[in-house]
Amino acid sequence: MDMNAKKKLGLKERYHLMTRDLAWEPTYQKEEEIYPQLAYEGIKIHDWEKWEDPFRLTVDAYWKYQAEKERKLYAIIDGFTQNNGHLTVTDARYVNALKLWLNAITPLEYEAHKGYCRLGREFKGVGAAVACQMQSIDELRHAQTQIHSMSNYNRFYNGLDNWHHAQDHFWYYSVPKSYFEDALTAGPFEFITAISFSFEYVLTNLLFVPFVSGAAYNGDMAAMTFGFSAQSDESRHMTLGLEVIKFMLEQDPGNVPIIQKWIDKWTWRGVRLLTIVGMMQDYMLPKRVMSWKEAWEIYFEGNGMALFNDLARYGIKVPDCIDQIRKEKGHISHQAWLVFNSANFLTNFHTWIPSEEELDWLDAKYPETFPKYYRPRFEYFKKLEDEGKPFFTKGLPRLCQVCQLPIFFTEPDDPTQLAYEEGTYLGQKFQFCSTHCHKIFDNEPEKYVQAWLPVYQIYQGTNFLPGTDPTVEGFDPVRAVADYYELNWGSENGPFEGSEDQKNFAQWRNQATKN
Amino acid sequence: MPVAAISEYKFPMNDAVEKFHGNQLLFVGWDKHLMFYGTAAYPLPPAMKFSDLFAGPLAMSYSQHPDFEKIDWSKVTWLKGNQPWKPDYDKSLAENGLVHQDCLRFQTPGLDGMFGICF
Repeated sequence: MDMNAKKKLGLKERYHLMTRDLAWEPTYQKEEEIYPQLAYEGIKIHDWEKWEDPFRLTVDAYWKYQAEKERKLYAIIDGFTQNNGHLTVTDARYVNALKLWLNAITPLEYEAHKGYCRLGREFKGVGAAVACQMQSIDELRHAQTQIHSMSNYNRFYNGLDNWHHAQDHFWYYSVPKSYFEDALTAGPFEFITAISFSFEYVLTNLLFVPFVSGAAYNGDMAAMTFGFSAQSDESRHMTLGLEVIKFMLEQDPGNVPIIQKWIDKWTWRGVRLLTIVGMMQDYMLPKRVMSWKEAWEIYFEGNGMALFNDLARYGIKVPDCIDQIRKEKGHISHQAWLVFNSANFLTNFHTWIPSEEELDWLDAKYPETFPKYYRPRFEYFKKLEDEGKPFFTKGLPRLCQVCQLPIFFTEPDDPTQLAYEEGTYLGQKFQFCSTHCHKIFDNEPEKYVQAWLPVYQIYQGTNFLPGTDPTVEGFDPVRAVADYYELNWGSENGPFEGSEDQKNFAQWRNQATKN
Repeated sequence: MPVAAISEYKFPMNDAVEKFHGNQLLFVGWDKHLMFYGTAAYPLPPAMKFSDLFAGPLAMSYSQHPDFEKIDWSKVTWLKGNQPWKPDYDKSLAENGLVHQDCLRFQTPGLDGMFGICF
């Protein structure tokens, strides 16, 4: 009998067969036609072979690891669902943080999948292409697992059923959406700097570690599990992010100023985006792990700065925006929550004024800023609420042309002065939240003049359903916009106090714990 | 600096004044009053009389603040594009030289918001 026994491949051999050896030199097509996007950003790569894979992961091993993670994750989600896990969370207010996550962040995972898929095609080096293809599949997995984990909540709570439409339409979801569209419409090298380095390496820990610990702390086994399942991929992505930056910097000294410009831009873009996460952490977790400021100090000022020290030998400097970020870290989460709380008639999650005990926690965590600048505001709004005339915003705000947030930020050195920054392009004036967003605009004004800014779209009349007539007697523009957003008025929006979510949770929990 | 692009990169401005049905955008903020979401944005006809802002759009946005009813508009000082500026209240927005996406700030000395923090 013939035995066709093959020697098992060694790691190194397998890696070469399954990655590097997949490449070939084109003979009848020009390289620049096969890889048309590699030159125009000005980045020069002389030798793609110098790319070092930090993990040397091959596709067979990748499938094996990921399948194992999926099995564990879905076993836990099944258990969570079967045991009415949603009733084990600390308080139904917590679910509102999940609503923000699903509507704001999950669609970005899918966008990231698209971005890396494209890079897997555009990068000439096979090592880089394979790493990007795997990350592309990871990101798709993250989108799926988040949707699946939260689908259990969707059966019981409002605001989770229409996340895809919500991200494309709601005024505040334009912030994460435009952030990612900015990256996706950049060239491949800027995309990978923006997402692999600035987002994954420098900022993603702030999203996944303290916030997901918060999920665990608040009894949400499902979110905790998808968080930790994703985090093991994130570690790989972070390593890829650092590898990418080092590779580009080592390939040509001319790459350094281009990459510096991208790091400056995307650090600031990311920080502005994370304003929403800061608010989730300080206000939306009934049981708190750490404040936004503390998370920032550990994960950014500690870990992030160590990274920039490492990159100093390539000539990379700490982004200029760091000064402003340091000055703002005690303010932005409070400013953001105050705005959302006074505009909660047009949000698909609920808000609330923190309790006395929560205000004390904020005092203790933000001793320099909260007692003086923010506690009196919440107490004033609470008084109005108790008197039966809660404060709601009237009309619509000025937006930043770049980050798209309403400009509720104050000047970095004066927390009593709203930020004002204006620019001009081709004779038209533009408004910004900061000198940093202004600078990003000035570098590529042709791009940002195309911004889809929710407030100005409303004023152009594009955010009404077809057939809406704004000239009829008694026309209510807010309700008309809510209809366009497909906001389920009266159940998804408004204060948590008195909401369906609050009533249902209390009733179900009572049934689960009492006779 | 031009955008780095693979081919000609030219697209219309998404908020060009022509898209606002005869209106122009005007932003008006009230200094030292942080009760609100920031600075109000309005689509307004260029022929609107400047002083019609007070009881109209500005009252809609800002009258929930107890300081608002105490404002003496003859004593208010203005900034346009963050520079001191003096509007003629009896003239229109256009006659005052206001263009699309201009940003005004008004200051009400003596009315500095609440709690000593300009709230």
